[in-house]
Amino acid sequence: MAMQSSGAAPALPQAQRVMAAIADHRVLVSLVALALLPWLLPSKALAVNVLIYGVVVMGYNLLFGYTGLLSFGHAAFFGTGAYLTGIAIGRFGLPWFAAVPLAIAASTVLAAAIGTISTRTRGIYFSMVTLALAQLVYYVALQASSWTGGENGLRGFTVDHVNLLGLQINFLDPVNKYYVLMAFAALAIWAQSRILNSPFGAVIEAIRENEQRARACGYDVERCKLIVFMLSGAISAIGGCMSALHLSIVPLDILHYQTSGMIVMMVLLGGARSFFGPFIGAAVFLILEDVVSIWTPHWQIVVGAIFVGFVLFLPKGIWGTLLDLLPAARERR
Amino acid sequence: MDLSLIIMQLFSGIALGAVLVITALGLTIVFGMLGVVNFAHGALFMIGAYAGLYLASLTGSFWWGLLLAPLLVGAFGMLIERVLVRRLYGRSVDDPLLLTFGLSYILVEGVRIVFGSDGIPFPTPSQLIGVVDLGFGFFPKYRLFVIALVAVVLLALWLMLEKTRVGLIVRAGARDPQIMRVLGVDIGRVWLAIFGLGVGLAALGGVLAGPMRSVNPEMGTLVLAEAFVVTVIGGLGSIVGAVVAGLMVGVCISMVALFAPEMATIVMFALMAAVLLVRPQGLFGLKGRA
Repeated sequence: MAMQSSGAAPALPQAQRVMAAIADHRVLVSLVALALLPWLLPSKALAVNVLIYGVVVMGYNLLFGYTGLLSFGHAAFFGTGAYLTGIAIGRFGLPWFAAVPLAIAASTVLAAAIGTISTRTRGIYFSMVTLALAQLVYYVALQASSWTGGENGLRGFTVDHVNLLGLQINFLDPVNKYYVLMAFAALAIWAQSRILNSPFGAVIEAIRENEQRARACGYDVERCKLIVFMLSGAISAIGGCMSALHLSIVPLDILHYQTSGMIVMMVLLGGARSFFGPFIGAAVFLILEDVVSIWTPHWQIVVGAIFVGFVLFLPKGIWGTLLDLLPAARERR
Repeated sequence: MDLSLIIMQLFSGIALGAVLVITALGLTIVFGMLGVVNFAHGALFMIGAYAGLYLASLTGSFWWGLLLAPLLVGAFGMLIERVLVRRLYGRSVDDPLLLTFGLSYILVEGVRIVFGSDGIPFPTPSQLIGVVDLGFGFFPKYRLFVIALVAVVLLALWLMLEKTRVGLIVRAGARDPQIMRVLGVDIGRVWLAIFGLGVGLAALGGVLAGPMRSVNPEMGTLVLAEAFVVTVIGGLGSIVGAVVAGLMVGVCISMVALFAPEMATIVMFALMAAVLLVRPQGLFGLKGRA
């Protein structure tokens, strides 16, 4: 008994050391976890979805978690990334490696336009304006059916194989597909970590904590908000490109308000302001959807109730709450 | 293009705008008082339409539905405030917003469970079927009724806010809840009542819109976006702003529908973007609040 208790005492600092090590190597840890994901989850399709939504939500977290701007229109960038990838491949016959950067660049331009208007507003206004502008994008896509396929979604741009340095990879095989898409995710994760480690990453967190003080320190708050809005849109657009390559169709629903809402739910479930939160949130949400929809078609009511519970009792989400339980790891998220 | 057709379309726009005004007013009053934007507002609008439909079929009269649905849904709104929203006062402004967003998921799915996912037709009350000759053209009776009823509700609200003791407390509470507490006013009860009023107005909008739109569980999404556009254009928290912007958006939508139908849903967002570029706080909003 005595042996056990003396053995248990240093267990906590050790757990903290582990958490600190995880935080220090967050890109590597993310990639290892994602590489194992298809073998841990019940289906490869679920793993691909976690990967795609994880990237989208991660981009969103830059805006909501780190800068404190609650956007309700992030589906606009997710959807635009997907649509433009599909249009570039299907209509202009571009190869995927040209279509993807083009789609990301164009989505960033859209983010600049929406960001210019929405970052002029503050607080609750910002949420309402981003929602409204995202609805605008949705209705434009609905009306421009000769380009987007309207309500039927965009079809006819199947990518069946990927040519990588002379190596032909069959893209119809789910495992191959997962690891090719993971390369995009890796790029996004690295970019996110790089942004957060940069001085700019410190500035956006300063804006979240105290906008007045950040301005008094001489930072151009409006410009920083616009830049972070664009970066966030660009990373989420990477997820959109991945979704288009994965599904070979782009459903109109990708631009819908429900999708924006789902992104918000995922980041909150996993833990906003934390690096791993988005992937954890995406995984929990999608697994929940998968499990609950087996025994009721009305899974949304369960997810909605769980989300309300999180807002009331666990506003820091799963990962954020876990970090709070381990005080030493808190400074190093 | 025929001039009378344009005038008719103008009237249609005002009828459309009238529903927008009532809905946006609920949103803006709650914000002005509590500082909370209710993301379940669209879902509660939808619940109002279903409640009106159900009560009308239960009692056999549209009028009972019109009277009871806003009251019952308003009472439900008070329950939401007391049980859920109240816990979040003093926390980040995002929290009530996120909470009501989650709530809208539950409400929409709840309606799907009870009434099914398909749209249900909402019959126009028999007394209001048909058209009225306005001199320059024929206008549906029901839409005229909607315009008149909204005008009456607006007048009643204005009298309540400007001429009664309760209205005085409400207006003062919106300015400075702390002082109201010091003066011995139970501000919690005022907030409860205002939240109920806001939700009741959403439900009234839902019942009124029922015969003009189809009733389905997803109808709240577009309404929420419309209500946001109206309050952003008018200025959040401004009652005059909601009225002016609501009518403006309604007329704009129906005028564009006449000339370029495919642009009708898009134009209000463009209008909002234009207003934001010129006046970020909205037409009647207070500076510094945007």
